[in-house]
Amino acid sequence: MKGDVAMAKHLLSVLVENHAGVLSRVSGLFSRRGFNIDSLAVGVTENPDISRMTIVVDGDEYVVEQVSKQLNKLIDVIKLKKLDRSESLSRELALIKVKATATTRAEIIQIVEIFRAKIVDVSKSTLTIEISGGTDKVAALEDMLKQFGIKEIVRTGTIAIERGNRIIKPNKNEEE
Amino acid sequence: MKITGAQAIIKALEKENVNVIFGYPGAAICPFYNALYDSKITHILTRHEQGAAHAASGFSRATGKTGVCVATSGPGATNLITGIATAYMDSIPMVAITGQVSTELIGKDVFQEADITGATAPFCKNNYLVKDVKSLPRIIKEAFILAGSGRPGPVLIDVPVDVQNREFNFEYPETVDIRGYKPNYKGHPVQIKKIAEAVKKEKAPVICAGGGVVNSKATSELVKFAETCNIPVVTTLMGIGSMPCDHELNLGMLGSHGVYTANYAVHNADLVIIMGARVGDRAMGTASKIAERAEIIHIDIDPAEIGKNIAATIPVVGDVKMILDELLPIVQKGDVDKWTQTIKKIKAEHPLKYTFKEDSEFIKPQYFLKTLSEMAGENSIITTEVGQNQIWAANHYKINKPGTFISSGGMGTMGYGLPSAVGVKVGRPECRVITIAGDGSFQMSMQELGTIKQNKLGVKIVIFNNSRLGMVREIQKQRYCGRYSQVILNENPDFVKLADAYGFKGEHINKNSQVRDAIARMLEDDQPYILNCFVDPEEPTL
Repeated sequence: MKGDVAMAKHLLSVLVENHAGVLSRVSGLFSRRGFNIDSLAVGVTENPDISRMTIVVDGDEYVVEQVSKQLNKLIDVIKLKKLDRSESLSRELALIKVKATATTRAEIIQIVEIFRAKIVDVSKSTLTIEISGGTDKVAALEDMLKQFGIKEIVRTGTIAIERGNRIIKPNKNEEE
Repeated sequence: MKITGAQAIIKALEKENVNVIFGYPGAAICPFYNALYDSKITHILTRHEQGAAHAASGFSRATGKTGVCVATSGPGATNLITGIATAYMDSIPMVAITGQVSTELIGKDVFQEADITGATAPFCKNNYLVKDVKSLPRIIKEAFILAGSGRPGPVLIDVPVDVQNREFNFEYPETVDIRGYKPNYKGHPVQIKKIAEAVKKEKAPVICAGGGVVNSKATSELVKFAETCNIPVVTTLMGIGSMPCDHELNLGMLGSHGVYTANYAVHNADLVIIMGARVGDRAMGTASKIAERAEIIHIDIDPAEIGKNIAATIPVVGDVKMILDELLPIVQKGDVDKWTQTIKKIKAEHPLKYTFKEDSEFIKPQYFLKTLSEMAGENSIITTEVGQNQIWAANHYKINKPGTFISSGGMGTMGYGLPSAVGVKVGRPECRVITIAGDGSFQMSMQELGTIKQNKLGVKIVIFNNSRLGMVREIQKQRYCGRYSQVILNENPDFVKLADAYGFKGEHINKNSQVRDAIARMLEDDQPYILNCFVDPEEPTL
């Protein structure tokens, strides 16, 4: 429980009841106990009664253990799993609105193609780009676009799923 | 047959075998009170909603049942919060029912509207805002299951007034499955075996018993374990009563306000067996130091407590009683007699001592409490306020049975003693109920004298009156160069005249020579009584 281990980002996949107030319970728990959330993404699952939260937590092993145990104590939390990065896929989606002029537009489009991102909106002075990928990829594109002038970025936060045939289901353990 | 939501709540409470509730009415809870009018459930009208919550808590701790309190929306509900938070910190099973403004008005900031589910989320095991009357039976069932099982705690149900009035077909479920809630009672056999091995191996073990031992009713198992293996026991404040105080292996309370021998034992042990305790700062402020030299076995029903404040070498999640039941047949005594001898010697050398004169100007609280515990006998339940009175009582009143020392441990809530005594006396009328108070904390809840009067509750009130907030004053004396800032209560009322105003008997005393006779007069009948004891403001807590 000593804090010697370096701070790292941990991925938690959490199944919760899909009803009002759950998000506030979860986020309240983080602020109340002084845990840092890097990102939190929620969406309904294949079962409409259940939502999945993907939470990226910043902290050492002690913090992640405490976060997991405290989350498990919430009655609305049905199941929680810490995801191993090498055994899971994670993605985030970002929409980036960048300044574009007649002279820079071609170059921006070229960069977008290299990243396999998409131009989703055009105006006389801007291009809006959609990119999905790991946090690093999104950050790299952002870095490349900075020189043109980024007007606005909107990102979803990370979502993640396990590789292979493993799934996280309420009341059951992983393997299918 | 169709009934209203309000009638359904009453029916559900009856199904849960609730026969006493504590509360305070208001507009948004009127349908409930209207339905209550036709019910056999006894309602104790307190003088403040906070009193209702504390009374429910005291009731629960004295009876082992889930306490129920009721309040209206807005200020009624927010007044419950301190009581709910106090119950949460001490793991007391409680169901709080609040009225709420009509569903279509929620969020419009109408009269007496407060987001009580939002406000109490940090202090509740769970809470509910009931939007559909049809979900009411399931929610009430869930609330009682959650409050009373696993690690117990408070659950709040907020019921809008229109939901209380809506009619539906009531059917109460026998049980419900809560998919996000699966408490673990049975300890893992491998871990239990490891406990037995550690106990056999280590030479200087000590048991630290907390409120979890009281909650799981594991007193006889704990005593048997300690005796079989000849292991000394220390208790936390919440653990007082988990082992008889006069047992030779019980060293008393540990921690910053505990006794020397108890602290010596945990700091010199090579094995600390923590049972149903959360290693709070007041009990084990030096947890990391203890863990450096000793192996730590941590038994708790709440997995989140294990590893939170102390690193456990042998963590065991489960119910203390069930784990001890598994452990007792396989456990063997280790080579501990030398250690236990040493501890007994230290205990003999460091008794709780105090000196006093018969003919002093002030009452010696330590002497008073020792005498009171001798005279009150086994059939008594003590509640305390918070401050010096609490620590004097914890260390000097001899508690021999679980559930007979009722005090706000984790939250340290002043104003808990008197209303919790109301709940205790309602729940255990055959017992003598004595509340130990200070003049400061007594005045935080003294309006509950009205509740005591109206319900003819023979609560005995002892006030250690130093016209000071004694514990805060002591901190200011020791750490703030004696700059006494806002701790002097020189204009206290005459507490005996106050007793008289309610038709109670009372008495002032200031000499130790008066103590025995005064206690005898206080205890001679089952009527409320205020015994105001003048105490030296310089009297130390320890």
